[in-house]
Amino acid sequence: MKPSRRADPYWLLLPTFLFLFVFFLFPLGVLVRESFFAWDLLTPPRYVGFGNYRALWRSGELLHTFLTTLSISTAVVLGSMAAGLGLALLLDRPGRFPAFVRAAVFSAYVISWVSVALLFLWLLDADAGALSGIWRTLSGARAPNWLGSPQLAPWAIAGVTIWKITGYALVLFLAGLQDIPSSILEAAELDGASPRARFLGITWPLLRPTALFVTTTSFIASFQLFDVVRVMTQGGPVRSTTVFVYAIYEQLFLDLRVGRASAEAVVFFGLLLLLTCAQFLLFRGEEAA
Amino acid sequence: MSRHSPPARRKRTTWLSELGLGLVALIWLLPYLWMGLTSLKPLAEIIGAPTALWPRAPSLAAYREVFRALPIARYFVNTSVMALSIATLQIALALPAGYALAKLRFRGKKLAFALVLSTLLVPAQVRFVPVFSLLAQAGLVNTLSALILPFGVSALGTFLIRQALLNVPDAQIEAARIDGASELYIIYRLLAPLLRPTLVSFFLFSFISHWNDYFWPLVLTTDDHARTLPLAIALLREQGTGVRWHIVMAGNVLLSVPALAVFAFAQKHLLRAVALRGYGA
Repeated sequence: MKPSRRADPYWLLLPTFLFLFVFFLFPLGVLVRESFFAWDLLTPPRYVGFGNYRALWRSGELLHTFLTTLSISTAVVLGSMAAGLGLALLLDRPGRFPAFVRAAVFSAYVISWVSVALLFLWLLDADAGALSGIWRTLSGARAPNWLGSPQLAPWAIAGVTIWKITGYALVLFLAGLQDIPSSILEAAELDGASPRARFLGITWPLLRPTALFVTTTSFIASFQLFDVVRVMTQGGPVRSTTVFVYAIYEQLFLDLRVGRASAEAVVFFGLLLLLTCAQFLLFRGEEAA
Repeated sequence: MSRHSPPARRKRTTWLSELGLGLVALIWLLPYLWMGLTSLKPLAEIIGAPTALWPRAPSLAAYREVFRALPIARYFVNTSVMALSIATLQIALALPAGYALAKLRFRGKKLAFALVLSTLLVPAQVRFVPVFSLLAQAGLVNTLSALILPFGVSALGTFLIRQALLNVPDAQIEAARIDGASELYIIYRLLAPLLRPTLVSFFLFSFISHWNDYFWPLVLTTDDHARTLPLAIALLREQGTGVRWHIVMAGNVLLSVPALAVFAFAQKHLLRAVALRGYGA
């Protein structure tokens, strides 16, 4: 449509762009600039070139943070995808009971990360936690110290995250399943196709775009994990759960190293961009196929 | 679909799958139940028999203790004001922007749309370092504005409103223009009511996400003045409550019940928002 006055569209977009500039574009520029300075918020900043980046790389911190984030995210995506898809297949039918179970699973996605983290901190408590109690009853042995061991803590964080976000995968998979015309599945059944063949031949190929979307969005989201780590483990024990956002937070607020934190945030931002590009290319490939 | 399977087999699989679903529901519901039960136990039972199922002498002492230790009412007001303001501001700004992007022809439209969407690439977890140092220099840390304004624009909201407006026929807008309606009248009085389902879904989604938010308030508040509920409840554990889990769980009930209540009353809207997001982003 032609605007009634030529300037109208620009006026209408102006507030949005003001916010966009002040809270997105300008900070991004400041971030990159600050990453080249050593600054503790108190004394004047000092230009150090790529010094912050070099320090992050040489100390091994960058690689360690990246690998920690990557392994937790991978576990989260695989776990929540498998659980979400499996549940969606079971719940894809009318009735009050399936609707109730769906709501129960999705409720975890609705409450805050803090709630979930505190809840599981209590459930996993090595001495008095309910899950540790169940473990003792079933195995007769003392429950492992889930959050106190550097080997187990990352998987405990991943497990809690899976519990929280499976509802997201479930809801999207259910929407995907409901888009598949039941006539196709019925025709295949009449032709004698087994449930397995129906799933592999019809359901899964039609669900692939949904699966791709859920995978990439959950991966990008779990790369940004923070709350659950901050509340449950504070990055420990021995930095075994120090994911990217927590590492940046630590640089800024515990060590007061604005430059180092900025450099790490720039790298983190670059990784998120890469992931988003990968998502975009995957989708283009999917559409072409 | 399964009416062609032999009846006996069908009955058994149904029974088994109902049982499986029941177990699944338990995995998600038992933790809530445990939270509620723990919050009703007195301290002696937390220490004495931590894994005993039922509280022997249920009491509301833990809740009283939470209210005594923390200015809960203030945090509650802070959190509500923050989340309501963000959701309202996002919709108020997204309506005119979405309208221009969906309905008006102008130079630079594609670029404008791309710029709005590009903010999806810059999450709060990246922005907080520079925004914190900027607001610290401006002396705005510890204000509600520091919690609200950085979220004034939502790319998702603008996108959803634009998509919904694409389905509104131009003729309706032209008719209003002929009647002498201004653009702002058309946007807020004519189109907004038409978009009601989209707006309600997005409003609730945004409200809950910010009600729950922990990260931004953690980074931008250091004292009681603008502190929000998730932050306060998490602090409840850090402030040396030690083994007093009944108090932490009582706080946790106070934090999660409002979100669960919104979910119970508006489940359809929230599910819709997530599905829309699925098609949107």
